[in-house]
Amino acid sequence: MRRLHSFNGGAHPAEHKAESTARPIAAAPLVPLYVVPLRQHIGTPALPLVRAGDRVLRGQAIGQAEGYVSASVHAPTSGRVVAVEMRPVAHPSGLADLCVVIEADGEDRAIDLQPLDWRGMEPSHLRNLIRDLGLVGLGGAVFPSFIKLNPGEAGRVETLILNGAECEPWITSDDLLMRERAREILKGAEIMQAMLHAGEVVIGIEDNKPEAIAAMQAAVREMGLGYEVAVVPTRYPSGGAKQLTYLLTGRETPSRGHAVEVGVQVFNVGTAYGLHHALAEGRPLISRVVTVTGHVASPQNFEVRLGTPIEDLIRAAGGELEGATGEIIGGPMMGFDLQDRAAPVTKAVNCVIVKDAQRFPPPPAPRACIRCGECARACPARLQPFELYWYARARDFGKTQLFSLFDCIECGCCSHVCPSHISLVDFFRYAKSEIWAREREKEAADAARRRHEFHVWRLEREKQEKAERLARKAVAQVKEAEAAPVDAEAARKKAILQAAIERAKQAREGVTPRNVDHLTPEQQHQVEEADARRARLHAGAEDQKETENQP
Amino acid sequence: MTGAPFSLGPRNSTPRVMLKVLAALVPGIVAHYWFFGPGIVVSLLLTSLAAVGFEAFVLLMRNQPVRLHLTDGSALVTAWLLALSLPTLAPWWLYVAGSFFAIVVAKHLYGGLGQNVFNPAMVGYAALIVSFPLYMTQWPAPLELAVHAPGWADAFDLVFAGQGALSPDAYTSATPLDSLKTQILAGRTVEAVLGQPIYGLLGGVGGEWVALAFLAGGAALLAMRLTTWHIPLAFLAAVALSAGALHLIDPARHAGPLFHLMTGGVMLGAFFIATDPVTASTTPLGKLVYAGGAGLLTVVIRTWGGFPDGVAFAVLLMNMCVPFIDDYTQPRVFGKTARLRRRAP
Ligand code: SF4
Ligand code: SF4
Repeated sequence: MRRLHSFNGGAHPAEHKAESTARPIAAAPLVPLYVVPLRQHIGTPALPLVRAGDRVLRGQAIGQAEGYVSASVHAPTSGRVVAVEMRPVAHPSGLADLCVVIEADGEDRAIDLQPLDWRGMEPSHLRNLIRDLGLVGLGGAVFPSFIKLNPGEAGRVETLILNGAECEPWITSDDLLMRERAREILKGAEIMQAMLHAGEVVIGIEDNKPEAIAAMQAAVREMGLGYEVAVVPTRYPSGGAKQLTYLLTGRETPSRGHAVEVGVQVFNVGTAYGLHHALAEGRPLISRVVTVTGHVASPQNFEVRLGTPIEDLIRAAGGELEGATGEIIGGPMMGFDLQDRAAPVTKAVNCVIVKDAQRFPPPPAPRACIRCGECARACPARLQPFELYWYARARDFGKTQLFSLFDCIECGCCSHVCPSHISLVDFFRYAKSEIWAREREKEAADAARRRHEFHVWRLEREKQEKAERLARKAVAQVKEAEAAPVDAEAARKKAILQAAIERAKQAREGVTPRNVDHLTPEQQHQVEEADARRARLHAGAEDQKETENQP
Repeated sequence: MTGAPFSLGPRNSTPRVMLKVLAALVPGIVAHYWFFGPGIVVSLLLTSLAAVGFEAFVLLMRNQPVRLHLTDGSALVTAWLLALSLPTLAPWWLYVAGSFFAIVVAKHLYGGLGQNVFNPAMVGYAALIVSFPLYMTQWPAPLELAVHAPGWADAFDLVFAGQGALSPDAYTSATPLDSLKTQILAGRTVEAVLGQPIYGLLGGVGGEWVALAFLAGGAALLAMRLTTWHIPLAFLAAVALSAGALHLIDPARHAGPLFHLMTGGVMLGAFFIATDPVTASTTPLGKLVYAGGAGLLTVVIRTWGGFPDGVAFAVLLMNMCVPFIDDYTQPRVFGKTARLRRRAP
């Protein structure tokens, strides 16, 4: 038995798992219209490969991975592209995003799928394939898997952890997947282990899932694998990557760093399952298991094609019941309110909870913070949330950073236990977004300043060069004139020289700093490109932060 | 907009926390009533009414939602702690003035619940002992030792109609702490003094039972997880250790640890006053430092200070140090290497 290392705090929210575990995973029905966002992962959105009017087959790439942190996107069924346009997506911001809209033809014809012999493959080629097959972390973080499957220096990854903790209440998609498809998960883990040269493989599961534990143990035995199924106590957020790593290895992922820095790599069980299917059948990631639960007629897990509108998915679960008050995407601890039910299921959506007033009452009015420290006792990152709250509310963002704001994984434990019902995490999200916005502003200003300085410097240099040329010419004229009679000659020489110096001086003085606005189109283009690059880098950095935050 | 978490489950609320604290004070109040008579009920009523009245008034003045804040129960907790720290049977305006200092000055002038630096009840106590020292030293004697044991009628009379009817000598006596101090100054030894009847078994007739009842209430607080062990334990340990050390050095002039634990405001202070979350240190290590300091200062003030008891001033002094203590005792954040971190200038 592995010695477990207990992390600080945590919470025991009501589990509500039984609602959706009574039925097996069902295939969600084919729907007439699929809306497939090109950004279903952390990083740069995929570039669209199709236009309105194109016909596509199931599994055909419709978006190509762009840049390093990205992954491809594929058609969930056969049909006709009716539009590539902005559509509402399931995102906390409620903003629209570029989507490929496909009208299904009902035939569901697939591209020619070929199993891939991954064992013989050159590692970087294999990783590129995995990117092109659209694989991303399915635990909610949707970080492109091929990046995490790069072992770096040999022997860096000692422990591969499969995350089956599923600590969020209500969600049971990983639970059911482990119960029903344990062998396929383990086959995916074998690929991961081989790619990472990982010494050991540990599957972490919370002890509230005895069926899943038994199924995984049986599969490990039958397949003759030396993997360990580690049962961890049920305590939210044991499924957070950092918390599970610590639970199982006693190693703390460095602040703002990655698990791999302490020799650990963590993948969700669903990701392993997807990887197995991608390579064994050459089938890109076009579906995932989603829990539909809460105030619906028959809560259940579905294998859902990516792009299925959420309203259609809710209908598949028997539809919402009388008195539904909205939907949560994800779990109740870290999820967000869905703003538009037409938004599609993406690789990031693991659960849809239909709310009702009884189980999800409106939050009580917040009272004053009494510094009772309950929040600090519950914080798995060992922060002092009330101090952060204090400074975030006062908009003293420097102090929030000093109190390690960016080590907050937004798990929600603090808000959950606060007796004054303060929505602490909202304040932390707000403070983070403010700080990011300010950093962006500052960078933009810096870049403008640098551009301006360069521009001034270059104009000056040109003027100076011109002046020097003139002076040289004057000297040459003087030399030419040397053959002339002496007296008149001396006077003339002097006059020419004087004039040249005068001109040079004038030219120099004529150089005043110009406005940066007068850039040539080409310059303008370069500047824009540079800005876009920076923005991408920035988005990438932010998103990496996010990946760490998903239990 | 409020985002996740959505599921908040059955949990504590601030009013419920305050109610439980009040409930944990009840054993001490009952003991007080039993050994010292009905005066405590009158003073509790008075401070409660005054504190809630002042609270409502200030909330109105500050344009705050009166109902929401009044129902948090914090004013009542302050009122009860104040009443339990003051002598009973004092004139009514003493309780009203104490409540004024506690609620208006110490709490709301600093920004209201959660923002006050000093423990409101202790500010009320300190203001009174500085302004009206005479009334603050007239403590009713335990019923069994009093010349005249005041009943309900006497209690209301004394508080509201003044002291004409009954001479203070008939119902008051010096507290054990007070009389020990004066007698030692007069040259007697601790041993000789503690033999006198007022000192009871552990520290003082009646008072020792009240202290034990507060200890029981404090244990309930711990059991209900309304406070952690850090502050009460550090406070009591510091009192016991420092008193014990002094006693070892000079047993004739310094009473032992048990006497100090069982007299005055130590038990009330350890479990109910020093633990006030708003004004106490918040980090685990900081709590030990803060409460240890308060316990030590209590004994120091009792031994060398000008006041009979040191709990109030010790707590107030340590309240002052809390921001500093907290800064230097921040827990090590998960994934970071340094434990102690200074706040940037
Ligand atoms: S739990 Fe709530 S009331 Fe208590 S310290 Fe934290 S924020 Fe303040
Ligand atoms: S949301 Fe952040 S501050 Fe709150 S408990 Fe989780 S990690 Fe700690």
